[in-house]
Amino acid sequence: MALENADIEKIAILARLQVINSETNDYANSISSILSLIDQMQQVDTDGVEPLSNPHDATQRLRKDEVTCDNQREAFIAIAPATEDGLYLVPKVLD
Amino acid sequence: MTNKTLVQISKDLAAGEYSSREITQDIIADIKARDSIYNSFISLSEDLALTQADAADARLTAGTADILTGVPFAHKDLFCTQGQVTTAASKMLANFVPPYESTVGQRLLSAGAVCVGKTNMDEFAMGSSNESSFFGAVKNPWDLNAVPGGSSGGSAAAVAAGLVPAATGTDTGGSIRQPASFCNLTGIKPTYGRVSRFGIIAYASSLDQAGPMCQTAEDAAIMLNAMAGFDELDSTSVQQETPDFTADLNLPLQGLKIGLPKEFFGSGLNPQVAECIMNAVKQIEGLGAQIIDISLPNLELSIPAYYVIAPSEASSNLSRFDGVRYGYRCDQPEDLMDLYCRTRAEGFGTEVKRRIMVGTYALSEGYYDAYYLKAQRIRRLIKDDFTRALSQVDVIMGPVAPTPAFDLGSNSKDPVAMYLEDIYTLSANMAGIPAMSTPAGFVNGRPVGLQIMGNYFAEAKLLNIAHQYQQVTDWHLQIPTSKGMPVSNEEKGA
Repeated sequence: MALENADIEKIAILARLQVINSETNDYANSISSILSLIDQMQQVDTDGVEPLSNPHDATQRLRKDEVTCDNQREAFIAIAPATEDGLYLVPKVLD
Repeated sequence: MTNKTLVQISKDLAAGEYSSREITQDIIADIKARDSIYNSFISLSEDLALTQADAADARLTAGTADILTGVPFAHKDLFCTQGQVTTAASKMLANFVPPYESTVGQRLLSAGAVCVGKTNMDEFAMGSSNESSFFGAVKNPWDLNAVPGGSSGGSAAAVAAGLVPAATGTDTGGSIRQPASFCNLTGIKPTYGRVSRFGIIAYASSLDQAGPMCQTAEDAAIMLNAMAGFDELDSTSVQQETPDFTADLNLPLQGLKIGLPKEFFGSGLNPQVAECIMNAVKQIEGLGAQIIDISLPNLELSIPAYYVIAPSEASSNLSRFDGVRYGYRCDQPEDLMDLYCRTRAEGFGTEVKRRIMVGTYALSEGYYDAYYLKAQRIRRLIKDDFTRALSQVDVIMGPVAPTPAFDLGSNSKDPVAMYLEDIYTLSANMAGIPAMSTPAGFVNGRPVGLQIMGNYFAEAKLLNIAHQYQQVTDWHLQIPTSKGMPVSNEEKGA
């Protein structure tokens, strides 16, 4: 399946990636060739085959809902790119 | 000091030939002197290493040392190391100092091993050549014009060059086995869930597995003993007893049934690589094993299915890099959307962005069933192929890669050509079975690895076979010269 530049622009927004105009063509070409590789799958009959999401067919292991480690707020805030008063800073969301 | 095995260094430390501090200092000095040739390290952790070495020396003196106590090693830069920058070879994490240690790292530290630094890799482990690193490509010590393989290419080059005796790696689609093959090392990808993923920066969570890269099967078994085990902190860690992986190394191979899948020996395989593999298999047959022809009919489908599942899971895992909590953040964002989009555009490299977009597309509305679910159905067909084959035979053997190490730059412009290189390794990740590479010869001075795959939790069997093969061969003892031609350890007087 060949992708157009408009498809790349749409995917880039979904993926939260800024793609500049000069790159769009390259991505359209290389991702189209990847999709043709992937499309080999469509020739296979998989009717009645259960999807495999975990190699052991295991399901999510749950634990008790209890506090298991100390609050490490300081350590996490220390590595953030922009903080104030122990809070993460982001551009203004509401006017 | 170079090219000593873990076992040898452990013996030397126990005998007081040198202290952990001395060998750690020597190794760090050697990396500083020689790694400009290979670019196998992203960072050195000199201060932390010397602190760890002093603690190890105290244990050695007190008589409380383990086999790995005081032995230096390196981590692939995908393992979070507390207090030591952890980059995933990405601009996105070039300044990231994790506030915690991975479970594997913690287990190695508890054993007393000394982490001297972090090795180069493909960015976020996405690649088969180590050319997608933000910190530059790695060169193969066997031939400086060749790639070391990927994504654990820095770990492979560092061990092959004799800079460190062992390194950790991760394998999502062959990223331990293929660089081990390209650099003449022993590397094992354990059963999915055998080694905790906690604290290892995630690529494709249903496929990722960590393992050791060493010079011998015995060293790999010792490293795996320290690395493996159930972990509450990894929701897919398996609650299975962890055996002593060294216990079966010396078992004879009498009666072993080896399956040779015809799909591993098709037209895409370099004939000289095929010859190395068949010679190795025949030599193992000579140790008492029996060869049985088998088929893995869905093997070829592992490429398209993998290149849906891995990018899909990656697009989800890498959504956490948003410029808010850690890592890179773009300058002067106009609004929240601009912060996300520009941080990610500037922080990720081309191949990472490509895989995020492929995954985003595959998971997007209207395409999920045709891509992700379809790939998961094919994944079951691949697992069923192995289940069927491994009811007939004990292990499966074949090449790790269709060719020896390829030239730097030769595949980097064409992602699909690069993906096709993964044909023999992807299926073990899809099925979740253990698989390893052991040195099996050379083609034009470039190493060739034999792949051994086994049933779930059969790592000890694989290591036993590789160890027995290494008792009757000396491929694994060959070390590269600066010209990239093999010489044996004895000739070098190491």
